[in-house]
Formats: sequence, structure tokens, C-alpha cells
Amino acid sequence: MKRLFAILFLLSGLTGSAAFADSSSSLLPAIPQATGEPHPEGNEYWRRHHMELLKHDRDLTLRDGERDIDASLGQCFTCHAVTDDAGEPVTVESEKHFCRVCHDYAAVQVDCFMCHRSTPSEDDLGQAMTSSTKPDESSIAEYLKRVGNGQ
Amino acid sequence: MKDASMNRAELTRRDVLKSGAAVATLTLAPGVTLMAFGGSEAEAAADAGKRWGLLIDAGKCADDCSACVTACSTENGWGGSGNPETDSQWIRKVTLKDKSTGRKVSAPVMCQHCESPPCVDVCPTGASFKRVDGIVLVDKHICIGCRYCMMACPFKARSFVHEPITDQKVNAPRGQGTVESCTLCVHRVDKGRIPACVESCEKAGHDAILFGDLRDPESAISKALKAYPSTALRDDLGLNPGVRYTNL
Repeated sequence: MKRLFAILFLLSGLTGSAAFADSSSSLLPAIPQATGEPHPEGNEYWRRHHMELLKHDRDLTLRDGERDIDASLGQCFTCHAVTDDAGEPVTVESEKHFCRVCHDYAAVQVDCFMCHRSTPSEDDLGQAMTSSTKPDESSIAEYLKRVGNGQ
Repeated sequence: MKDASMNRAELTRRDVLKSGAAVATLTLAPGVTLMAFGGSEAEAAADAGKRWGLLIDAGKCADDCSACVTACSTENGWGGSGNPETDSQWIRKVTLKDKSTGRKVSAPVMCQHCESPPCVDVCPTGASFKRVDGIVLVDKHICIGCRYCMMACPFKARSFVHEPITDQKVNAPRGQGTVESCTLCVHRVDKGRIPACVESCEKAGHDAILFGDLRDPESAISKALKAYPSTALRDDLGLNPGVRYTNL
């Protein structure tokens, strides 16, 4: 049985390489090019461990309110957004979506986007908060001063 | 985890191995590690020393104003699907009328963030939970949509998502088949900002919602609660809600 598989594998490899030798497509998924700085851990690490990182951090964020974690699902799309012909980022409905390219190939269903948005957000609170230097009217500290806290 | 230059591949191992004061680890069996976060160096945004609450002054709440409801809907992206019978409603304006005197009073009602929340008691999966700072939330990762919590809540504060949703707010993930409710704008509070309803009420010029830390005796909300009579909705149930009302 093992030998049969080996022969089949060899054959498929031969025919595969012959069929796609002069074509630009490959049997492997074409991973969309990302923008921004590459992950310091390397792509191989992220390809293997992204689900663990996201799953661990989601509990820290939701249960403990830890929101300074430098890897959140929303942040993925800062660099890993795929745009359509009109230049708009595509949602997970599209086959070109960053997550779907590999997940379709591996036939692994992603449930994240039943609740989370699959495109970059225009009104990213995190970015708005860090870019602003003047005291924010809606900050708790400013608010407490207004309502006379501790007086 | 705050040091962005740190390599995450190393970091995850270092968390366990070189944990120091902030993370206590206990090896139960090979490959099974119990981690306890705590101690003075732990910097979780949910602070166990606080209990966030609201004091709603029904006397200041205008009958015809629904700025808080609109602000909540915009902030968290609920409502407006054109199906009012099944739409989520995280906060609603309720008008009470005293039949004998004819006095009408209006106030917003949302999740009351109870100290002993019935929704948490009945949840079969642990999805409904209370954070250490008193904010009651739904963990939609493990919510199975059974809606026991909706039945248990005496305030009708929770909604079930019936339709598939796309284009959610990045800070307010919501999805079909899960239950949701007011989060006290937890994403804003964690970043040191006041909830959207409080901000909008102030901007509308009513100042009917006072936000603050109920555990801090020096906070404006604690002082107001100490100085004036207030009530909890369904006080008879003894749930000790974090949302309280005056002039109701």
C-alpha cells in the first residue's frame, strides 16, 4: 500500500511539474503580498502559530481588558488587506481575501468573521487614540475633572 | 507584551519560563502549566480595585431626547437593519407614568451591570461573565445562543442576533447566533475613555448620566449616591446593579 502511494505521489509530482512548468500558476496558494514591516518571528512561525496567538490573546483582551497586545485580529488587516479592482479592501466573501487564500487551500473553515469584520476599519479607535496628543474630551480623567471628582 | 520590539516567538516561551513576579506558573503535569496573573506588576486594564457604574438622573433626562441611544448604536454598530422586531437594542428610552398623579418621567435602560448577575448564573457555557471591574459581558467565542440569559435578565437588557452581520465595528464584534448587550463601552473604558452614552448626554447638555468608580468613596458618583436618594431598578431582587437612578 505504501509503495502504491509513493508511486502515485511520484506520478502526480511528475505530471504536476510538467503541466505547470511553463505556467505562472502553481498548486500552492498564491499568498497576497502584505504591506508594512515583516513579522520579526518570520512567516513560517506565523503560518504555524497564528491561531494560537490569536486565541490566547482574545481571552486576555475580552476577560482581562488587556488591549495593548501587539497582535489583534483587527491589526492583521493593517498590512494584510487585499484590494479589489476598484481599490476597495475585499471582505472574507471574496476568494482573494488574505485569510481565505490559504484556508480554502487547506479546507479549514474560519469562524472569526462571523463576528469580526474582515476588512480594515476606517475609524480605528486605537490609531485615533495614539495619534492624538491634545487632551481628549472623552477621556475619563478629563471627564472626572469636569464632574468635580475628588472635590 | 508591551515591548513591541520583542520577538513573539521568544516571548511566548519567556512568559512561561522566566515569568518572575507578574506571572506565577505551576507545572501540573508535563506540558500542562497553570499560569496565574497577579501581583503588583500585573497591568491588566480591568482593574479589580474599581467598579464602574452609572448614576442616571431621570429628572435631567429629557423626554424627547434619545442622544444616548443613537450614540450607542453608532459606537457599537447595532440596529437599523430595517427589521425592528428582531433588531438588537442595547439601550432603550423608557417612559414611566404615575397613574395617580400623571407625572411622567423618562430614562435610559441598558444592562444594569449587576454585582450578582442572573445572566451569569444561568449561562451553561460560561460565556456570560462579569469582569473584575464589574462590567458584565458576553464572550461570543463560546456563546451558543441558547438565550437563557435573556430569560434570566429582569431588565430585558440582552438581545439575540438573528441575522448574519457584516461590516461590524472593529471594537464591537457582533455575530449571528450570539447574545449581546451593553458593554459599558468596555473598549473605550479600557483605553481611558468614557462610555459613548455618557459623552453624548453631556454633549446634548443634559448631564443626566454620571459615570464613575463606585468603589472610590471620593468619586463624584459615590458622593452623589451618598448625598441624595437613589434607587436600583428591581431593588427587591437584591442584584446590586452598577447602574442606579435618581428622581425616578
